[in-house]
Order: sequence, then structure tokens, then C-alpha cells
Amino acid sequence: MTRRLLTVEDLNVSFETRDGENQAVRGVSLHIDQGETLGIVGESGSGKSVTAKSIMGLIAPPGRMKSGRIEFAGTDLAGLEEKDWRRIRGNRIAMVFQDPMTSLNPVKTIGDHLTEVIRRHRGLGKAEARQEAVRLLREVGITEPERRLRQYPHEFSGGMRQRVMIAMALSCQPELLIADEPTTALDVTIQAQILDLLKQLKDQSNLSVVLITHDLGVVAQVCSRVAVMYGGMVMEEGTVEEIFYRPKHPYTQGLLRSVPQRKSGYRERLVPIEGSPPDLIDPPAGCPFRERCPHAMAKCAQLPPRFEIGPGHRAMCWLNDESVKEELAARPEPQGGAANEGR
Amino acid sequence: MRQLIVRRLLQTIPLLFFVSIACFALVKLAPGDPVLSFVTPNMHPEDIERIRHHLGLDQPAYMQYLLWLKEMFRGNLGYSLVNHQPVAHQIIERIPATAGLMGSALLLAVLIAIPLGLAAGSQRNRWADKLINLISYIGISIPIFWLAIMLIYLFAIQLHWLPVMGMRTIGKESAMDVIKHGILPCSVLAFSFLSTYVRYIRSGTIGQLKEEYVQIQYAFGSSKRIVLFRHVMKHVLLPIITLLGMSMAELVTGAIVTETVFSWPGIGSLGMTAVKGLDYPVIMGITLLSALLLIIGNLLADILYGFADPRIKTTR
Repeated sequence: MTRRLLTVEDLNVSFETRDGENQAVRGVSLHIDQGETLGIVGESGSGKSVTAKSIMGLIAPPGRMKSGRIEFAGTDLAGLEEKDWRRIRGNRIAMVFQDPMTSLNPVKTIGDHLTEVIRRHRGLGKAEARQEAVRLLREVGITEPERRLRQYPHEFSGGMRQRVMIAMALSCQPELLIADEPTTALDVTIQAQILDLLKQLKDQSNLSVVLITHDLGVVAQVCSRVAVMYGGMVMEEGTVEEIFYRPKHPYTQGLLRSVPQRKSGYRERLVPIEGSPPDLIDPPAGCPFRERCPHAMAKCAQLPPRFEIGPGHRAMCWLNDESVKEELAARPEPQGGAANEGR
Repeated sequence: MRQLIVRRLLQTIPLLFFVSIACFALVKLAPGDPVLSFVTPNMHPEDIERIRHHLGLDQPAYMQYLLWLKEMFRGNLGYSLVNHQPVAHQIIERIPATAGLMGSALLLAVLIAIPLGLAAGSQRNRWADKLINLISYIGISIPIFWLAIMLIYLFAIQLHWLPVMGMRTIGKESAMDVIKHGILPCSVLAFSFLSTYVRYIRSGTIGQLKEEYVQIQYAFGSSKRIVLFRHVMKHVLLPIITLLGMSMAELVTGAIVTETVFSWPGIGSLGMTAVKGLDYPVIMGITLLSALLLIIGNLLADILYGFADPRIKTTR
């Protein structure tokens, strides 16, 4: 019933910098089924955006996709010619970016932006493309679309520009929409509007969405599955319920503790994750979270495998290893595992 | 918009006034005496004084200036001290030669500079960029008169492909003849203009290609060519509008060096002769014209900017 739309396997992407090779993405494996919304969560520099750009084939020098397989609807994208890539980008896979203020060309009208994409991928004539652009603007909630088409980006607010970007992204009925922090640069009220719009548009079609964010609240609102990234790797992956209620990786647990909870009359202190993310130029071997992890042990110097926790729920942490569990249970003070400790 | 144009044109009046004072003072401060060019060995001192009086050069400098100003307001730019022809007439007579030469040189420069600059900027640090850079550095650093003389030597004297100098062959009245005479001076000028333009377009292209919207265009399936010609080009041409606006003055006053080397009968060579003979009415006329055109050129550039970049509103 559910069809596998996109599979990313063992993706490695590096950037050549003056100080050495920055290994931004190290062995990421992901998949997305038709019609589902996958959230990719992680802090800045965790490799979320680089993963997204790799799926779009947009890694440009000094960046390089070193290895890995990206399969989209049965085709291997990694070996694709530039010409074939262009037929996929904006057409079958579309992307919405973080900062709508810089996403549009300031000297082109909104209409130019939309019709250019529509005409390129759908082969419509000028007048038809214009009509289609009007329809799309109306669909994303922009009033007076005929007049707005003739305006320039600077005449639009941030939220409106993001609506335009979404209209552009959906103009060719893509199968996959990658939204790279689409609400980060917006005001909170506008964020909610844009998220509602994305959800509503998604419900109308069989679109699959990859939503990249560092905001767990956003994930809880719109996603069905989550992948938590850290230091260029997927630390934990599972359904929203699994990740939120039964997190098995200390990093996920830390992330959840650093999110404010809404409970009436109860003030609670947020718990930050101490330390800072690892340097990805010559990263330490083993678990990337080791240095900040409250449960770190000798074994963590080895890179943990992905432990299957339940159906579709995987965590990359030694705490889930049977022998480690036994060892910990034998100790007088049990540590680790549960999410709701540390209050 | 209309208000802006009117205000800017009104501003030019005091500006031109100051330009004329400065120019007059500079010519007067220069050593030399224009009367000397009329002196022959067997002249009496009285004769010389008579010429001086006749030209009005025996009056104090400020009187000379006020007289010039008075005549100027009546639309008379004065008469050449050397050949007694009306200055305005001499200038107008030479405008077509200069405007034709400069106009074609500027057009050629822009048409070549745009693709070269875009190519260099988008191929940054690759061989095409390095080659184009080298060419434009050569164009900026080579003295124009040297290049002109070398080209004359090669194409006119050695190869006999093109005429050595002037604008017309005596006795011939064809457009083809003028074009043939114009090829060398036009190429020399175009080369020096285009070297500057290429630098601007290249750096503009490099800057624009780093912009977020370019990445996003790729994400929507644009090819490199489309990004370059449909999206980047418009931004990159903005500084060129300013440069062209500033070239307006040169369009008419001409390239003094190039016109002199090629004996091109334009305003540049007229100016050169006037400076040598301290023929200040002619110098003043040409200076005022170029100041006026510079102002108008800048105004035009500002107006065009408003059309090219929607973010700039010219009303204020």
C-alpha cells in the first residue's frame, strides 16, 4: 500500500575547506514513503540541510558527495546527468528554503518567478502559465493574485514571500517537497499560518514532505515520522509518538528536555544540553555525542550500530545493547534509558 | 519623476557657473600668451599691442570673464582667438565625428564586455576567467596612444589594410570610407572602455552567483545559462548604466588622445589645438559642454536605474 518514494543509503558528503575536510554528513540513511511527512531535527551544523541539498543534487564545490545511494521513485539519482537533474528539480522534487527574504530575485516580479517554473516544467504558454500562477497564488492564500503577480518581492512581507515560494514549489505537483526550515525566519504567528498552509496543501494531495527544522514543536504539529540528526549522523529515527514518548538516545532525550512544556501553573526549568557540537573537520571516532552525553562510557569510543527498538524505531546508542543493559542493571544505581528522568 | 528632472536641471546652472570660473582661472594662470602666435619677426611693438587690444586681452582678467559671461547669456560662446571662427559653430561642426566615433566605441565595448564579464564571473578562477582577466588588465594598463601607434604601424603601414589617419580620403564621399577610417580609433577606444566594464561585470557576476536566489533557481530546475542570462545579467548591468551615464560627456567631448593620434576631426582634437594655442574661448566652450553632458548623463543614469531596479524609487 505505502510505496517507498525516496531511499537514502549511507550518504557521505564532505566540504573541502582550508582547514581540512569537513565531513558534514557521515553515513546518513533515510527513507520516505508516499504521503508521509518526515521531520529531520537537529541543531545547526548537524547535517540536515546538507542532506536535503544532496537529495536535490545541489551539492556544489567545494562540497562533494563522496558515497551513498539516493533512490527516488525507482531511479538512482546519484549517477544522474545534469540535464536529467534539471527535469527533476522543481518538477518532481521541490524545495522551500529557510529565508524567504533572499529566496526571490529582487529584480523579477512574482509573476516572472512563478511562470518561469511553470513554463519550464509543464510546457504551458505564456497566458496559460499566468492563469496557473493566479490559481496557485490564490491556493496559498494570497488575495488579489492578478495584481500581486505584477509586484516585486520587496513589496511582499516575509510570510507572503514564503507563500509565494510554496506556490512555486507546488506549481508542478511534485511528488516530494523538501522544506528546509521554512518557518525559522518568520514571526511566530506567521509560522503557525505557514505550517497550517503546508499541512492543508499536503492533505489535499498525496505529497510526501521532508520537513527540516530544529523546532520539535513544529515536528509534533505536522510530522508522522522523525529522524534526529547530530554531528552528520542520524542518531534516532521513529514515529513521532515513539520519539516523543519513548526516546532511546540520550541526545533525543536532551533535546526533548530543552523544549518548554505548556503546563498551567507549573514553572519548570529548561535543561540545556551542555557543551557544543563536535568539530566535523577530523571528527573523533565513535559516537559524536559522547563528549556531551551524561551516560558516556568506554564503549562509546566505538561507533554504535543502529539498534532496532521497535518497528521503524532505531537508535544509535550503546545503551540499547543487551550486554550494556545487563551491565547497567547490575550496578547499584541504574542509569539511562527513560526519558522522564532528570527533573 | 518630473520634479526630480526639473530640480536636477536647475542645479546645473550654478554648477556650470562655477565650472566656468574655475576653467577661466586655470587658463589664465597657465603660462604663455595667446597673442604670441600672431607675432611675426618684423612686427612693431605697437602692432602687437593693437592685436592685444583688438582681442580684448589688454583688459583685466575679471573684465574678460564678465565680457565672456555677458556674451554667453546671449547665446554667444565667443570667437576663437586663433582663427576667429565662432566657438559654438566649430564645436557643433565637429560633434558628428566625435559622437559617431565614441558612440560606436561604447556600443562595441558594452556588447563585448557583457558576455566576457559574465563568462569570467561564472568560470571564476578557471582558464577562461584567467584569460579574460589578463586581457582586461592589459587594456587597463596599456597607454592608449602607444596601442594606437602600434595598430597604425601594423594595420596601416605594414599590412596596408586600413588608412593611417583622418576620417575621409580626400575626394571620396562614401560611408564605407568613413567606416574604414574609423575602425582603428574605434577599436582602440572600445578596448580601453571594455576592459573596465569587464571588471565590473565580472565582480558583479561573482557577487550575484553567491546570492541565495541563485541557489534557489537551481533548485527549481534552472540551468546555469538561464540563471546567468535571465537572473544575474539584470543585476550586473546596473553599474554599467552608471558608467555609460558618465561616458555621456566623453561621447561628445571625445577622447583627446585617440583623436589626436588618429587626426580624427572631432572635438577632442579641437580641444587639443585650443589648449596648445591658449585659445581660451574654445577651451571654455568645450569644458562647459562636457560639464553639462556629464550632469545630464548622470541624471539619465539615475532615471534608468529606476527602471532597471524596481527597488529604487526615483521620486523623493
